[in-house]
Amino acid sequence: MADLLPEDAAPPSGFDRRKFLTWLVASPTLMVAARCGLDLPSAQAAEPTTDPAALEETPLNLYVAVRTDGRVVATLPRTEMGQGITTAVTMLVAEELDTGLDAVDVCTADADPRWLIQLTGLSSTMRYLAGPLRAAAAEARARLVTAAAHRWRVLALTLTTTQGEVRAPDGRRLGYGELAEDAAHVLLPEVSPLPKSPGEYTVVGQPTGRVDARDIVTGAVRFTLDLDIPGAMPTVVARPPTLRGTVLSFNASTARAMPGVVGVVQLSSGVAVAARTFAQAFAARDALQVTWAPGPASHLSDADIRTRLRDAIGPRPLPPLLTTRVVEGRFDFPYLAHAPMETQSCVARVTGDVAEVWSGVQDPKFARNQVAAALGWALTPQRVTVHPIRAGGGFGRRFFTEAAVEAALISRSLGQPVKLMWSRNDEMRHGHYRPASHHRILASLGPGGSILGWQHRAAIPTVEFPHGFGDLLTSLAGQVLPEVTSALFFTLTQHVPYQFGWVAQELAEVPLPIPTASFRSVFTSQVGVANEIFVDQLARELQRDPVELRRSRLTSRRLKAVLDRVVLEGAWGRTLPPGVAQGVAVLEEWDSAIAHLVEVDVTSGTPRVLRVIIAADVGLPINPKGVEAQLQGAAMDAMSTTLSAGLHIDAGAVREGSFADYRWLRMKHAPASIQVHLVRSDNRVGGVGELGYPSAAAALANAIARATGTMPTRFPILDEGA
Amino acid sequence: MPAHQFILNGQPVSVESPSDLPLLWVLRDVLGVTGPKYGCGVGVCGACTSHLDGEAFRPCLHPVGEVAGHEVKTIEGLADAAGLHPVQQAWIAEDVAQCGFCQPGQIMAAVALLRRNPQPSDADIDAAMSDNVCRCGTYVRIRSAIHRAALLLRSAAGPQRR
Ligand code: FES
Ligand code: FES
Repeated sequence: MADLLPEDAAPPSGFDRRKFLTWLVASPTLMVAARCGLDLPSAQAAEPTTDPAALEETPLNLYVAVRTDGRVVATLPRTEMGQGITTAVTMLVAEELDTGLDAVDVCTADADPRWLIQLTGLSSTMRYLAGPLRAAAAEARARLVTAAAHRWRVLALTLTTTQGEVRAPDGRRLGYGELAEDAAHVLLPEVSPLPKSPGEYTVVGQPTGRVDARDIVTGAVRFTLDLDIPGAMPTVVARPPTLRGTVLSFNASTARAMPGVVGVVQLSSGVAVAARTFAQAFAARDALQVTWAPGPASHLSDADIRTRLRDAIGPRPLPPLLTTRVVEGRFDFPYLAHAPMETQSCVARVTGDVAEVWSGVQDPKFARNQVAAALGWALTPQRVTVHPIRAGGGFGRRFFTEAAVEAALISRSLGQPVKLMWSRNDEMRHGHYRPASHHRILASLGPGGSILGWQHRAAIPTVEFPHGFGDLLTSLAGQVLPEVTSALFFTLTQHVPYQFGWVAQELAEVPLPIPTASFRSVFTSQVGVANEIFVDQLARELQRDPVELRRSRLTSRRLKAVLDRVVLEGAWGRTLPPGVAQGVAVLEEWDSAIAHLVEVDVTSGTPRVLRVIIAADVGLPINPKGVEAQLQGAAMDAMSTTLSAGLHIDAGAVREGSFADYRWLRMKHAPASIQVHLVRSDNRVGGVGELGYPSAAAALANAIARATGTMPTRFPILDEGA
Repeated sequence: MPAHQFILNGQPVSVESPSDLPLLWVLRDVLGVTGPKYGCGVGVCGACTSHLDGEAFRPCLHPVGEVAGHEVKTIEGLADAAGLHPVQQAWIAEDVAQCGFCQPGQIMAAVALLRRNPQPSDADIDAAMSDNVCRCGTYVRIRSAIHRAALLLRSAAGPQRR
């Protein structure tokens, strides 16, 4: 599936067989813990320990356990939201343990302060967990083999493992289940506890269908509101028309008397109604009479926001010496809602001095602290148990935990469990949004078509990261930096991959009282997109082919390789009918590189994407099918937000209320094919979740520019105002 | 409160509830049938798509009183004793799902399409499936899975027809 590039770059990171600290956990059956993420200097690479005190204090581990029935259980600090981590983790564990995929169960750990980082997002999961997972599984295998060797009184080195069994040369075999108890007492493995080298893989790297596919297609998968928590009452909240508006007063007498209504609770965010069914809760919510105070953004509409952003761009800097001409590009991006298919939801049960919540949270530890603080237990957050539940899409939205906080407060006030659901309107109009932005790019040209400078100034409302950056910055900056601001995040993540002389990219943060959040690819969803669109504009100015210009200025071997691949697979430059054109764009980020080639037809007036060709270098693709799915999905996101989906703000309120007016693309807009080609330069584990968005959006815009002769500068393109 | 009788996934059920309660909430909150999802409640997302007398419909828009005496099928009732429905098999083979939240509705819409039109073209699929949103962007795989299911259904039906 993947082509191998000849190695000449720096040694790969992330998936080499570096040491990760592992422990044998004192337990009746075999259980191995591994420390997540941070590598130990090899001098310190400790022997496994059974000291429970050391284990208690260990801040961050994942567990691989073998039960007496032979099942292997991997417990992780991550939430499945559709990214396929369950499948990838199952594959890694099955690989190292030589057992079947169907013998592995993957569990999400409840929020626990000892997980240093329990945040699912920012493309970090596999980069962060692959190493320790493999270490723990390989360690478990070594102990199972040693236990068998002791039982049979043979040399451990003569034994092999396959299909969940240890086998001896004389044909004797023992299932892992039969060895699980003995292996728990093996103090020193007598075979190598080192993970396999990628060359030995038979499972990892093979295109593999999702392990939960059957449960999904039969409707057996349980999302938060599908859980059967006894007595949990369906609950909805009447919310203000404006963002962060508040309740001035309300009259619930009609609502309380309606059929099925169980109770009404005032919150700072609105008025909650619990009833026997959601239909009755909605009906009673609509019967509430609430007087609202407008929210803090009620003086702001689209035009004001655009002016504020434009004003933050400031005067032009002096161009570099010898500049003969400066080319300017200006771009506007809208606010975007994450609009996950499953709206925000939470089941909560607060009794006396403990609380339990079930919710599809991207950061359970943050959720726990938020709920505890709301209940007045900031100093004793251990009274709150958070059960992370599989989520119907996250995309950055589920870092925020308003639903959990609301549900806990309502449950305490009513004295019974509740299942809180946000309506689609709530989800659209009371979210945290990918902020709008305005960009100015100045390209300084010199004699003979030389490129002397590239200044990009981006005015973006401050992005909220209350949950911190997790291990993302651990991997970027090599250490944990809890105090990072969005400005530093910008600096760390935004790069121009071209030799363009004097390159400067600056963030002008504009504080606006509209809630924000990270969105697939964070700042790159604007900065990176604008850059790649303007590279094409520069090619037009210089009368050069956009592929040829990129090739001549790219510094990364990986980027050149993926660009070459889409040029080949997509037959760049082939003859096309009038009104049909190709566009390309590239991106290197999250330790991965990607290129997109998009073909678009503008003959009907409304751009239609005909096909998308993607080449990606994600290092070792643990599950190529999963990588392909993520990249296809990100391409649809990019097409949706480039063409038709964007929010409008009218006097502090979000205009769009559902998928009827938030025009996310549908089947009829999907291209005939989205091909994914994997190029593999080495065995690092690159990020995938965010990777596929920015260059897909830019390649589409570039194709439209080449088809129509006009560079799109305002998004979404089909918005009347744009 | 009136009692409403209908056939749910092959079994007769009787529910006491106000006649105007949308069927989606009767299914989910009263009967505990959680396959059909809430995505909008107003008929624009398709997450709740199920079958009424074999045709795709949206339980969020239909009051329970309307389905009395009719046959309702949800994703839970699609597989039978013989195993998964060919559309479910095709969905697994094409590895369609990401988060999975929209997929019960997508599958039920696809089954209804194939019943009406056993050999749909891409244009037929666009027309029939464009009211079902997939926020994870699985459309190209859904399209392949529908073509694959059409083949499976034809090869299953073939011997019987002969
Ligand atoms: S919930 Fe029924 S169509 Fe959206
Ligand atoms: S698979 Fe997530 S919405 Fe379709």
